[in-house]
Amino acid sequence: MHRQKENIIKSLFFLNGLLVVIALLGIFLLLLFNALPTFKDVKFSEFIFRANWNPSAYLESSYGILSQVVSTLMVTIGSLIIAVPLGIGTAAYLSDVASPRVREIAKPIVEILAGIPSVVIGFLGIVLVGPLIAKATGNYSGLNALNGSVLLAVMSLPTIVSLSEDALGSVPKSYTEASLALGGNPWQTLIRVKIPAASSGILAATMLGMGRAIGETMTVLMATGNAPAMPKSFLEPVRTMTATIAIELGEVPYYTTHFHSLFAIGLVLFIFTFILNLVSDIILHRYEKRMRV
Amino acid sequence: MKYSPFSIKHLQQTFGFHFLRFCMGVVILILIVVFHDIFSKGFGIISWEFLTTAPRKGMTEGGIYPAIVGTFYVTVLTTIFSVPLGMGCAIYLNEYAPDSKLTRLIRMSIRNLSGVPSIVYGLFGVALFVELFNLGTCLLASGLTLGLMTLPWTITASEEALKSVPRSYREGSLALGATQWQSIRTNVLPYAVPGMLTGTILGLARAAGETAPILFTGAAFYLPFLPESLSDQFMALPYHLYIMSTQHHAIMQVRPIAYGTALVLIVLVFLLNLSAVVLRYQLRKRYRE
Amino acid sequence: MNGKLKKLGLGLALFLALSQVSYAKDMMQIKGSDTLINLVQRLAEVYMEKNPGKYIAVTGGGSGTGVAALINGKCAIANSSRNMEPKEIEQAMSVGVNPQRAVIAMDGLTVVTNAGNPVDKLTVDQIGKIFRGEITNWKDVSGQDMHINLYGRQSNSGTYVFFRDVVLAGEYSQKMDHMNGNAQIIESVKQDASGIGYVGVGYVKDVTGITVVKVASRPGAEYANPLSKEAVLSGKYPIARPLNQYINGTPSERIKDFIAFELSEEGQKIVEEEGFFRIPGEYVEFNKRLGL
Repeated sequence: MHRQKENIIKSLFFLNGLLVVIALLGIFLLLLFNALPTFKDVKFSEFIFRANWNPSAYLESSYGILSQVVSTLMVTIGSLIIAVPLGIGTAAYLSDVASPRVREIAKPIVEILAGIPSVVIGFLGIVLVGPLIAKATGNYSGLNALNGSVLLAVMSLPTIVSLSEDALGSVPKSYTEASLALGGNPWQTLIRVKIPAASSGILAATMLGMGRAIGETMTVLMATGNAPAMPKSFLEPVRTMTATIAIELGEVPYYTTHFHSLFAIGLVLFIFTFILNLVSDIILHRYEKRMRV
Repeated sequence: MKYSPFSIKHLQQTFGFHFLRFCMGVVILILIVVFHDIFSKGFGIISWEFLTTAPRKGMTEGGIYPAIVGTFYVTVLTTIFSVPLGMGCAIYLNEYAPDSKLTRLIRMSIRNLSGVPSIVYGLFGVALFVELFNLGTCLLASGLTLGLMTLPWTITASEEALKSVPRSYREGSLALGATQWQSIRTNVLPYAVPGMLTGTILGLARAAGETAPILFTGAAFYLPFLPESLSDQFMALPYHLYIMSTQHHAIMQVRPIAYGTALVLIVLVFLLNLSAVVLRYQLRKRYRE
Repeated sequence: MNGKLKKLGLGLALFLALSQVSYAKDMMQIKGSDTLINLVQRLAEVYMEKNPGKYIAVTGGGSGTGVAALINGKCAIANSSRNMEPKEIEQAMSVGVNPQRAVIAMDGLTVVTNAGNPVDKLTVDQIGKIFRGEITNWKDVSGQDMHINLYGRQSNSGTYVFFRDVVLAGEYSQKMDHMNGNAQIIESVKQDASGIGYVGVGYVKDVTGITVVKVASRPGAEYANPLSKEAVLSGKYPIARPLNQYINGTPSERIKDFIAFELSEEGQKIVEEEGFFRIPGEYVEFNKRLGL
């Protein structure tokens, strides 16, 4: 009797655990089924390699996401160029320079940054960063790829800082002690021993930050100007994959090619972030194993 | 003398550490700029009327009351969907799950779910809840979408809390002949639930600020009344801010309202965060006693 | 702890119960055109004042959004500053929606430049060339030697589609900035000395810092001003257009009542106050078809 009840409870929990696998698979399959009808009208190669996205054209609609992919990668890489040095620097400060008391105060500050909703960051892109960029560059509009990069850097900083700090913190004491004993000063120890030893952890942190940036919607939607042309520089407006979905899903009649093509973009996003997560997972796993030895 | 103050080594270190301090300084500066801008420009419009009345005159006047209420409702719904399932999953992983391939698959799924872009959750919500389940765009569809999105966060937070309960608590009760579920219920959960709640509050604070998943599953541009059932659309603070800063027909005129909305949203999110921190602090104190 | 939780639950239940004390609602959703939103919002507010208990929610997003919402069954009335395309009507029919058009106001689609720009007259052909990206410098239309910056709308805008079909008869330059609304275009052109944009005439009323461009249908024809009622209604202004509302099938009493109000003397006065023009006789006749 007891045993039976116990078994039922156990299998209920098991089903509950299985739910997340089903959810992930469900997301993938639903995206796939809603995306596939796109390719009845649009050649797959055109979808991927054509730069012209104009579903409601005067003459002939075209569904090419290349310029959106380039735009997404541009703002993402731009954000990493800003956030990675800043993030690692901050993490190193927290782990090697700050006194315990300063750390107690500084760490929550980084966490607070993580708590700011993305729509607020996007709003600041319009009212704060945009005018600044406009002034500095002489362009009328400051809504461009640079603006998006700055905002995404702010958004991915907390991830990069806290994971990099974890990585630096988990470098075994014996490493640093050996370096100091051999006459290295703390700075040399940090640069030549700790950061190299933690490099795969930092790499994983960067990749997670990158995943965040690629999938971020509201900030880029609000701050990058959304012109569909292929961007040539960081001072031009860009339109990312996420922004395209956000702009157009509200205006399409359901179950048309246009509707399905937005799911196809979603699928591309899903695959991008899935791969990034998987790879950073593997790196992190290996790193943890090595550090345990 | 080991370190000469004038050696290149030492200079390098001085410069290096200053650079690190500079990085930290930039991060703090970012936060100060963000808060200063929102608070200094948003504070002026905040009034009792702003918080308790609906928008008027094509949203160029009046308050944001329906958006506050809508965000509250959808967050409660998110909690209802996310927390029990998240806790259940955490209990399975921490208490029952064998070290098997399947368990690793579950863990991998959780990590990947938390990396799925929010707009993709929005697409999923449209395809499954709005269309396939035929719920239409409504509070329920948005709550379910956000519930799914927060699930991995709730699971992770709950598992942390379960892990912090010492093994000996379980072993003691099992040794006395209790079944596994009995021991979980009486000797593990009472100690873990507060910690689980703290962690989940943090996840919900993030959900309250999300826009992309509710964009197409239930959030409305403007409604002259509050939602009264799960099948109604609703206004929400983050979506309202988005509209007021990009979509409204008189953007410059409504800028103060946008600032006010941003301020209320930030304060709401931080009150949630703060309550989690306070809760955690009190619990720690109680454990120590 | 348990006691606290109970209190919390009780408070929550109370709050939810209290919130149920809202109103029995008689609600109608109107969605679509950004050009029409100020006007219809005003009309709805006056209408609601006169008919307490009847709620109308007016939201924008663009004509495309409105039309899509009508097809998807998400609104009662779709505001549209363009006519529905045959493709859209086909899509609507295929899901059992039968779109019917009513015309509630007239618009002279207005081309605006910066106040400091000496160019205040253009032909339709010149405007088309500018927005197709074939003319890129103001000196080619007898202005200063300045690069032309284009400000247009997003593709879900009816104004975007109308302007493209009637003025460009081709594709927009890929360099054009896609703005979210009429107000944003006005803001941009005000600040950009070499900017040019297009908006509904209701949006230039009482605005300073911009030039309203007079337009001729072809070289040699008379340049007409969109602010002139006579020029817009007579068709002398070449890019005038009707502003539409689409409904599904024969309108219900509820919908009919509101549209009738819009077309009444009082409603049409509001139309003029908002900077648009009242509908001429031919459209009054046209609307009768719907029993209005």
